[in-house]
Amino acid sequence: MFPRSFEYFAPTSIEDALALLAEHGEDAKVLAGGQSLIPLMKLRFAAPDYIVDINRIQGLDYLEEQDGSLRIGALVRTSDMERSELIASRYPAMAAAAPLISDPVVRNLGTVVGSLCHADPQGDWASVMLAMGAELVCRSATGERRVAIGDLIDGPFTTTLEPNEIATEVHVPDPGAHSFGTYLKLERKVGDFASVGVAVHLALDGDRVERAGIALTAVGAGNIKAKEAEDALAGAVLDDATIDRAASLAAEAADPKTDLRGSADYKREIVRVFVTRALSQAATAKAA
Amino acid sequence: MANETTISITVNGRERSSEVEPRMLLVHWLREGLGLTGTHIGCDTTSCGACTVLLDGTPVKSCTMFAVQADGRALTTVEGLQQNGKLHAIQEGFKEEHGLQCGFCTPGMMLLGAALLEDNPNPSEKDVRWAISGNLCRCTGYQNIVKAVQYAGQKIESERSGAQA
Repeated sequence: MFPRSFEYFAPTSIEDALALLAEHGEDAKVLAGGQSLIPLMKLRFAAPDYIVDINRIQGLDYLEEQDGSLRIGALVRTSDMERSELIASRYPAMAAAAPLISDPVVRNLGTVVGSLCHADPQGDWASVMLAMGAELVCRSATGERRVAIGDLIDGPFTTTLEPNEIATEVHVPDPGAHSFGTYLKLERKVGDFASVGVAVHLALDGDRVERAGIALTAVGAGNIKAKEAEDALAGAVLDDATIDRAASLAAEAADPKTDLRGSADYKREIVRVFVTRALSQAATAKAA
Repeated sequence: MANETTISITVNGRERSSEVEPRMLLVHWLREGLGLTGTHIGCDTTSCGACTVLLDGTPVKSCTMFAVQADGRALTTVEGLQQNGKLHAIQEGFKEEHGLQCGFCTPGMMLLGAALLEDNPNPSEKDVRWAISGNLCRCTGYQNIVKAVQYAGQKIESERSGAQA
């Protein structure tokens, strides 16, 4: 399969890349890992006139904490997340998600930021970032803004990113001194998209949940933030009744469709089971 | 053709330059541009891993990368595993452990195995299965592929300790 012909730019500075987008934005696509964009171009679902390859820009591959929050640069690959000691020690939801995304070879190129910008409702990173309250840093030639992941996703494969903008970084707030996180994913085989995915992040204060983040993958037109379930957990102790209630509310928030990966009822039930499982795990971990 | 650009890529230790259209996929450049047909096209949809090559030592799917993206970088294909007429340990492993049946997935499997052994010379069965989990063998000969990679790891280790003795 051949993509449609395009003009290729490989700028070596972010300023040059932004200038190219200022000129060609509407007809251009930014290429980072390419593991979603290139397949779309091969199928001709996407046929941009211009490709702005940002891989030759130095200094976009940082993965570091600054003033307590985590910054993930636009060229951080999913395999970098999988191997990072910082992620393993402080960000368990991300550490759980990384090895479940696509397959090992795709993870070597695919980026976290790229996955967010692709806004596939079956994308795993967006659920993790929704649960953790992350923001995307978007730069254009004229300025910079921050967008909450919930405001970024505008529908399937659609974001509020402007044509002249490059998403340069994900910014993840401090998970707190006592936190719990995980990502559970049902997939038919390695490399398949999620049948269902559930991201859970809890900030804990002793026995109580201070703040809860729950987000769902592949059960709606976009990744879904299960707000009612989160609210039911805020301030509560993780006993069986609370866990059941939150799991039911999360299942209600899901809006799955019947397809080759399972019926809508089945997927909704998986959401309930995964949320129960994650919260029970959190309760056990806390008791230990 | 309009819109061509010159790229220069070190392939199996040798610098190769040519004019390409930006939309030329890396796998097509290797197979049709250089005649290196050891890299196979399986699914053409980023699913099977038959087209896996090493980009500066890291396994990537060459059907999901443009040749222009590899400009200035170093690639290893299955043709580059053998050195000075001597099989790479991973090739020997596939031979000794019957790691291939039809052979279609073999180039990708061998390159993944070689990359894994660079990081982890003594992988467990689980480590190997994890590393090759994105690559499909439609003969379903996974058992012997895993054994072949482990054989190669042991061979590399014994050669190293032999060299030290």
